[in-house]
Amino acid sequence: MTEMVRAENVHKSFGSLEVLKGVDLTVPEGGVSCVLGPSGSGKSTFLRCINHLEKLNAGRILVDGDLVGYRERGGKLHEMSERDVAKQRQSIGMVFQRFNLFPHMTVLDNVMEAPSRVKRENKGEVRERARALLDRVGLAEKMSNYPGQLSGGQQQRVAIARALAMRPKVMLFDEPTSALDPELVGEVLEVMKGLARDGMTMIVVTHEIGFAREVADEVVFMDGGVVVEKGSPSEIIANPQQERTKAFLSKVL
Amino acid sequence: MTQPTQTERARPEAIKAVPVRHPGRWVAIAVLAVLGAMFLHLIFTNSGFRWSFIFLEYAEGKRGVMFTEPVLEGLRGTILLTLFSMVIGIVLGIIIAIMRLSPNKVLSSVAWAYTWFFRAVPRLVLAIIFGNLNILWTRIGFGLPFDKQIGALFGIDNFDGQIFSIRSTDLLAGFVAGMIALGLSEAAYMAEIVRAGIQSIDEGQSEAAVALGMSRSQVLRRVVLPQAMRVIVPPTGNEVIAMVKDTSLVAYVPVTTELFFQLQQVQARTFVVLPCLVAALIWYLIICSVLMVVQHFVERHFGKGYGAAGKARQRLRAIQVEQGGRVTPTDTGEGTP
Ligand SMILES: Nc1ncnc2c1ncn2[C@@H]1O[C@H](COP(=O)(O)OP(=O)(O)OP(=O)(O)O)[C@@H](O)[C@H]1O
Ligand SMILES: [Mg+2]
Repeated sequence: MTEMVRAENVHKSFGSLEVLKGVDLTVPEGGVSCVLGPSGSGKSTFLRCINHLEKLNAGRILVDGDLVGYRERGGKLHEMSERDVAKQRQSIGMVFQRFNLFPHMTVLDNVMEAPSRVKRENKGEVRERARALLDRVGLAEKMSNYPGQLSGGQQQRVAIARALAMRPKVMLFDEPTSALDPELVGEVLEVMKGLARDGMTMIVVTHEIGFAREVADEVVFMDGGVVVEKGSPSEIIANPQQERTKAFLSKVL
Repeated sequence: MTQPTQTERARPEAIKAVPVRHPGRWVAIAVLAVLGAMFLHLIFTNSGFRWSFIFLEYAEGKRGVMFTEPVLEGLRGTILLTLFSMVIGIVLGIIIAIMRLSPNKVLSSVAWAYTWFFRAVPRLVLAIIFGNLNILWTRIGFGLPFDKQIGALFGIDNFDGQIFSIRSTDLLAGFVAGMIALGLSEAAYMAEIVRAGIQSIDEGQSEAAVALGMSRSQVLRRVVLPQAMRVIVPPTGNEVIAMVKDTSLVAYVPVTTELFFQLQQVQARTFVVLPCLVAALIWYLIICSVLMVVQHFVERHFGKGYGAAGKARQRLRAIQVEQGGRVTPTDTGEGTP
């Protein structure tokens, strides 16, 4: 199987605060990795490094074999231009904890915006695809509503459709259900399970242990800016080896 | 213990209470009514207003002073001056606001200095200065900067790198000078308004846009600015209305095609003072009323997706769709031969 995402020894500091202290992660094509860990352990920062929203201080990240944010020429790293980084981000979808839909656009326009403006694809085709995606997340009838008129769960499903509209190679989820009322969590997780079944490569930061157990191919436990332990869901969740993992799981389970 | 809840109860009699009296309000209304009556009485009976001078005929065979040629010219000048200087102010203001928010220290300092300077100088002083700027240069042109100095460096006399140039008294006189002075000053205020608007937008918005692969300018044009407009439009409306009135300052440039200046001219010729001032006042009221209507519609446009108005429009659209694209079922002409 080919590697879709490969992070090697990723370091990241904000000023003097070192947030990532050498993170390694490999996700094969079609694989689902769930990242668990206490607050402040650097999970969001790591996800944001993958699509270069944050610049690494050391280490490297490859998506589908391409170095993210840099080009290697003659053994030297050259920073990519903003335009080239933007191009790379097109194939890396991201879903945020707080949805971040564009409130001034209708649901359909939210989904169509990037493919039609960024990739300049044919409007008619994009509209068809957007309709199909909204149908897939169960929101076809909300197409002409504005985000402010939707529930949190519906907004998050739109956000997923919006990211999918760019036909990404990998999807990053940063606690996609943490801002939702408990009864709305299920509908978003259902959509994500569907994506996983259809073979999407996914990295999911989550506190939903049940989801990780059911969907993940690999569970990664992070704490203090390093990967403490990783393995199959049954290994990590049912039978953690490290003390820190045990302590964390005893709190969330 | 849970009690079985009663499903139906006899409705009690409706409350018939004596409402609280507000004698203070009635006194206030009475006072205002008397003042209003006095005002109307003054306007309609005092011959000092000379309404026919204002509206009908200000001299033998001429129209009312509000509608004479020079005054209408002045009105046109005031409107154009407002329009052009606001366009300069808004465009430049957006650019300066973006520079101010740039991570580049040089750009943001320049923007800061611009705002500092043009907010510190009174518009009146600025207008007079711009009326006299042609003292600095005899010609103003577009082309290679420092062309004379570069020529001297290479020993060429009279090296000319200008693509075109015109006499500065032609360019920096009257209308254009006034327009630039007001526009540059306005840009400083607009920059602050735009900056506040941009900063009011949640960081997550641009983050989501960037994550979708948008370029910095796309993020600004498609995501941040359209949302910031909601915050930007109301104070900009204030700025436009203030600008309508500030155009009277360009009389000092001097610019003569301006409403208030023209009415003062009439005043000087006819020695009729108050009616001329009232005529100016009425025109300013009319312009500002029109602008307020425009502002209402602009605000509604940028309010899409927010609040009660947005929801009402959404319902209207839903009704339209249900009815097959029409709002009123009567406009099909069915049943009429
Ligand atoms: N832009 C930034 N500037 C400075 N410090 C930051 C920045 N972003 C994150 N941090 C710090 O980095 C650390 C890790 O943050 P991060 O958001 O990655 O944690 P997390 O694991 O996602 O936590 P949570 O579960 O609360 O979301 C925190 O201590 C945070 O304060
Ligand atoms: Mg986080």
